[in-house]
Amino acid sequence: MARSRFVKDSGLTTRMTVVMFLLGLLFVVLMVALMAIAGRVGGGGLVVVVGLVGLGLAFWQWWSSDKVAMRAMRAREVSPEEAPELHGMIDRLCALADMPKPRVGIADMSMPNAFATGRSPDHAVVCVTTGILRTLDAEELEAVLAHELSHVAHRDVAVMTAASSAGIIAGMLTNGAQYGGFALGRSRNNQGAMAAFLLALVVSVVVYAISFFLTRLLSRYREMCADRSGVYLTMKPAALASALQKISGDMARIPQKDLRANAAMNAFFIAPAVSGISWSQLTSTHPSLEQRLEQLARIQAELDRPVG
Amino acid sequence: MGFLDAILGRRTPRPNRLDDLFHLPNAAITLQTAAGLEPTGVGAVCYRGAAGAAFSRTQDEVVALLDADPQAPKVERSLDSFGFTWLVVRRDPSDTSGLATDLHAVNTILGDAGFADGLLCSHLGFADASGRRLGVVYLYKQGTFYPFAPTGEQARDTLLELSVRDHLAGELPMEKDTSRWLAIWGAPGL
Repeated sequence: MARSRFVKDSGLTTRMTVVMFLLGLLFVVLMVALMAIAGRVGGGGLVVVVGLVGLGLAFWQWWSSDKVAMRAMRAREVSPEEAPELHGMIDRLCALADMPKPRVGIADMSMPNAFATGRSPDHAVVCVTTGILRTLDAEELEAVLAHELSHVAHRDVAVMTAASSAGIIAGMLTNGAQYGGFALGRSRNNQGAMAAFLLALVVSVVVYAISFFLTRLLSRYREMCADRSGVYLTMKPAALASALQKISGDMARIPQKDLRANAAMNAFFIAPAVSGISWSQLTSTHPSLEQRLEQLARIQAELDRPVG
Repeated sequence: MGFLDAILGRRTPRPNRLDDLFHLPNAAITLQTAAGLEPTGVGAVCYRGAAGAAFSRTQDEVVALLDADPQAPKVERSLDSFGFTWLVVRRDPSDTSGLATDLHAVNTILGDAGFADGLLCSHLGFADASGRRLGVVYLYKQGTFYPFAPTGEQARDTLLELSVRDHLAGELPMEKDTSRWLAIWGAPGL
């Protein structure tokens, strides 16, 4: 049997597994800490309710991700008749990858970008902006689409939502602190309840902060994975490399106002809208261009490996 | 894609299925008798070319092998607008098994060099007396066949396709999901 030219990146897999494990651990720690604090003053049931509401919120976010993202980007779904080239490209990539074809959307926006979202490969949508259609040539666009299809195949929306559930609950608790403090202020058992409340607040803030950095780290790893799987589909690392260079180059020239308005969508984009100086490496949802190009060069080297 | 592949963010390539290619000669006879569609003696294989010298050497090897048969015309190679390469093989219209062997050989060589994942589809051309054209297309990853009957620039004869599917259902594994009946407009040799 012939050797495949797929190389396993076990280093990346290990780092990613560790981060996912830490995020799961964080969720457990948060719930246990809250239960313990609640156990002191009574109201353990409340913690369970908060946990369930948080999970429900995460579930809803995941379930309706395609609709929410399409609406946020003011994207519209296009039929094969409206965009035959785009559909043809996705058809072929899906046949190669043996995956169901996602819906296709176009957002009328000059910022060159693309995103994929949806709760499962059967309910996924791949969306490109008119800016990216203008900026990239056919081969580069195909590379970007293969990257986005890999996000769909890897179920990145589900993974990222699950990963951020601890953060969602901690954020909910931190935001709800005002209301909680008000309720506690009226109760009789003031002293102990207030201390427990403050402790819970501190735990939530710490968990939120840790979760923030870990999910960003995970997001960067998932991008690297999508790059890798996408390139193995198109087998042209150079096309993705030049697409990434074009996109990030264009990013810098777009006015800052447009970019900030889109910051919430960053985790789903192929390249982050807000880039560089103001955002440190730690909080970025996407790996740096250098890291991504380096990985692409490694894959090209593997494709170049002589036969036999 | 298994659960673990999704979690670990990787793609385990699906191996191509090849054996069904050899059922094509029987299917050709069925089409001839049941629908009056004669094989045109033209077949083509479509694959994704990888960047790099290793692939272009492998591709040269494929073409050299197919051209080695002195009786058969030379293989035509073309690149379509989606960046996929087509190799068109021509044989005597009665020799469908020879065509199937040729298509199989392309896969074997690409696979030996580690490029089997780039194979998209193969098709065998048919036509009837009234000039209707039909391709029986084989999807490597799914291991299924589907009919493709282009009637113009961007139009296909759906009725003919469906009837061909029903004729061939007993002979070949036909693709049940019609959304996977990839339109290959302007496919060389059709």
